Amino acid sequence: MSTQQSFAAAVAGDSPPPPRRARESHARSWNGLGVGFLAKLGLMAVINALGLAAVWSAFVNGAWVLLGAMVVLLVLADWIYFTRRHVPLKYLFPGLTFLAVFQLFTIGYTGYVALTNYGTGHNVSQEQAVDALLSQNEKKVPDSPSFPLTIVRQGDALGFAVVQGGAAKVGAADQPLELAADATVVDSVVTAVPGWEVVPKGQVLSDAVLADEVLALRVPLTDEAQDGSIRTGDATIGAVYRSVLTYDATAQTMTNTETGVVYRATDEGRFVADDGTALPVGWKVFVGLENFGTAFTDDTYSGPLVKIVLWTFVFALASVVVSFFFGLVLALLYNDPRVRGRAVLRTLFILPYAFPAFLSALLWRGMLNANPDYGIVNQLFFFGARIEWLDDPTLAKISLVMVNLWLSYPYWFLVCTGALQSLPDDVQEAARIDGAGPWRTFRSITLPLLLVSTAPLLIASFAFNFNNFTLIYMLTGGGPRFTDTSATLGHTDILISMVYQISGVSGGRADYGLASALSLIIFVVIGVISALMFRRTRQLEEVN
Amino acid sequence: MRTTHAPGSVMARNARARVRGRRRRWFAEVSWKYVVAAVVVVYAAFPLVYVLSASLAAGGTLTGSTSLFRSVSAENYQALDATRFWQWAGNSLVVATATAIGSVLMGAAAAYAFSRFRFSGRRTGLTTLLIIQMFPQMLAFVAIFLLLLSLGEVIPVLGLNSKLALIAVYLGGALGSNTLLMYGFFNSVPRELDEAAKIDGASHSQIYWTIILRLVTPILAVVGLLSFISTFGEFILARVILTSESNWTLAVGMYGWVSDQLNANWGLFAAGAVLAALPVLMLFLFLQKYIVGGLTAGSVKG
Repeated sequence: MSTQQSFAAAVAGDSPPPPRRARESHARSWNGLGVGFLAKLGLMAVINALGLAAVWSAFVNGAWVLLGAMVVLLVLADWIYFTRRHVPLKYLFPGLTFLAVFQLFTIGYTGYVALTNYGTGHNVSQEQAVDALLSQNEKKVPDSPSFPLTIVRQGDALGFAVVQGGAAKVGAADQPLELAADATVVDSVVTAVPGWEVVPKGQVLSDAVLADEVLALRVPLTDEAQDGSIRTGDATIGAVYRSVLTYDATAQTMTNTETGVVYRATDEGRFVADDGTALPVGWKVFVGLENFGTAFTDDTYSGPLVKIVLWTFVFALASVVVSFFFGLVLALLYNDPRVRGRAVLRTLFILPYAFPAFLSALLWRGMLNANPDYGIVNQLFFFGARIEWLDDPTLAKISLVMVNLWLSYPYWFLVCTGALQSLPDDVQEAARIDGAGPWRTFRSITLPLLLVSTAPLLIASFAFNFNNFTLIYMLTGGGPRFTDTSATLGHTDILISMVYQISGVSGGRADYGLASALSLIIFVVIGVISALMFRRTRQLEEVN
Repeated sequence: MRTTHAPGSVMARNARARVRGRRRRWFAEVSWKYVVAAVVVVYAAFPLVYVLSASLAAGGTLTGSTSLFRSVSAENYQALDATRFWQWAGNSLVVATATAIGSVLMGAAAAYAFSRFRFSGRRTGLTTLLIIQMFPQMLAFVAIFLLLLSLGEVIPVLGLNSKLALIAVYLGGALGSNTLLMYGFFNSVPRELDEAAKIDGASHSQIYWTIILRLVTPILAVVGLLSFISTFGEFILARVILTSESNWTLAVGMYGWVSDQLNANWGLFAAGAVLAALPVLMLFLFLQKYIVGGLTAGSVKG
């Protein structure tokens, strides 16, 4: 929101308009600017062409929000790059666009999804859910007339061509049956349709995959799912199928015409009968704060959530403290002019940092394998003992912190070395003259000064480790699993990996609403950490 | 410590005394540091030596590779040809390079605007960026997934399973993380240069492309490099967005090789890891001076 404000403020502008000159502005001029102007014109032409194509596509698909957003962005782009005013915006616009769409919008959208029950079984709008239910529950109409049927194809899409009451009609899964006046009909069977390729019967019968596709194909009679469709059982004769469910839009009910059971639409986004049975397809509804309630009170999640939140803090804190400490000690030891070959040592010390982190985590996963025949750590350093580094809850946690130490001490070594070298010599000298020993100098002079300059980095590193998904997911995958809950969560899961498991974006049952609600908790924690950091460092006031 | 202000003779005497003192104290204060250094080097380098050894071992599992360099063969490296490794490496390269270039261009343009123009909302904008950079983009991966799901219905190239969409998502985080780093550097370029150019009749875009960008090349290189390295190792967004195996990046693909305990192919992984890490390792070690400067200026390795 604040970026929007700054955006609006930037658009409004506070500088006086430049004095009018007789000549045309740079922004529109042909004279003298040559290559640069032509390049801009070309670029804007491409952007406009792509933008218009996208707008058209949004129009065809009826995606009105997207259409609106795209039109606004396109008009803004044209206005900004062809006006002579608002020069800063010309430089900010591309970055701001990406920032607005892929970061600010997604943060806001997370907030919205957190208030819905979006997820498996509640993926679509009510209208789409009704259509899906109607077409999933179709049965052959008992007295249906049968039509001679021809399988046709348009690109990858299969379709049916039938003769109904002497007239040829053609349609596909997403294209209701319509008259095809120019089709060729021989013996009341369609043999050719312009725009479609006829698939010979022999091919359907010999190709099992194709045959399955044909048997599953449903060509709607009209745009209304209620009107039913044409299907075939043998690829030669088509029949009318109609849903056993009927939908009453005003009463918001689904009625099963065979059993007479009435299903009513509920606030939870499902059709539920009086006996409690529900139809399988539901829709997305606004559920308010229910997801937060689920996270904190539902037995499946509340127990793990508490443990996971605790472990997230412990992991982030321990990682920062341990690796900072080790890095600091190394920096103190080797920031010593008497040690030769410090450049070589430094390069060797930071090797773990130069190795891509995801590969390191996977590599340690292999090295810490419990079976000494496979895991070199057990084999070489623990005399072939079978130590379950990654499968025991406590050891897995220790392993994570230790591997993170290996990954990140070089960073602190570099940071502390830099900070030590920039400390003023005179303060330390003054301490020595006053009779302070090395330890006292370190405690009272060096360390406090060092902490002042590294505090923002320490806090940033805490925030980074708070969300260190890659390490957790690659090393332990969150395991070992909790045994007291049915959720797929484990002892080393941190909040972000818990979100990942629950969201189901990688397969399995999806609950976007609950996952988003948990992401919001992370946002709050990070927000508090940032606030602390900004207060600590007064970075915000320094901006000028 | 410094004796540069002292007269020459005193300096020489001091130096001689210090040399004697150094020799006496050397064993007590310095020698053990080499021993510690050796231990630390072993700790730092052991996993890397191990992965090299495992990549050269014959046979596909870690069996036999628990002792270092027992056998040396190129078997694992040759086996990579039968996998999608090179395809993934290509994907990673394309995505990371495009993201690096895009980040540099957009970050530099924004830094130029903030550094050289005075407009209302400028302070607010900088402060907002400072706050935004605290919230890593991947926190909103569920929303990003859903956004691409619906975007893909209208513009398929920006939908799920598209590398272009992944690049666009990464670029969404470009402004927040890079602008402030560059902003400081842009400020260090004297404004007199632009003013001189302006008097000579140069437009703002000519000043930007021909004067400023050339003077800030070091920071452009650092930002590009950091962006490349962090994109190269990014996992969660790539995993969520790229669904089909042919589009995977190295991070997603190689995770698949070893994530399954029973079918883990460590030999293949080790060979792939060596090949994938080598360019990054080289870049990092040769350019460590620049990278370290950029890292400690505020960002943390991602």
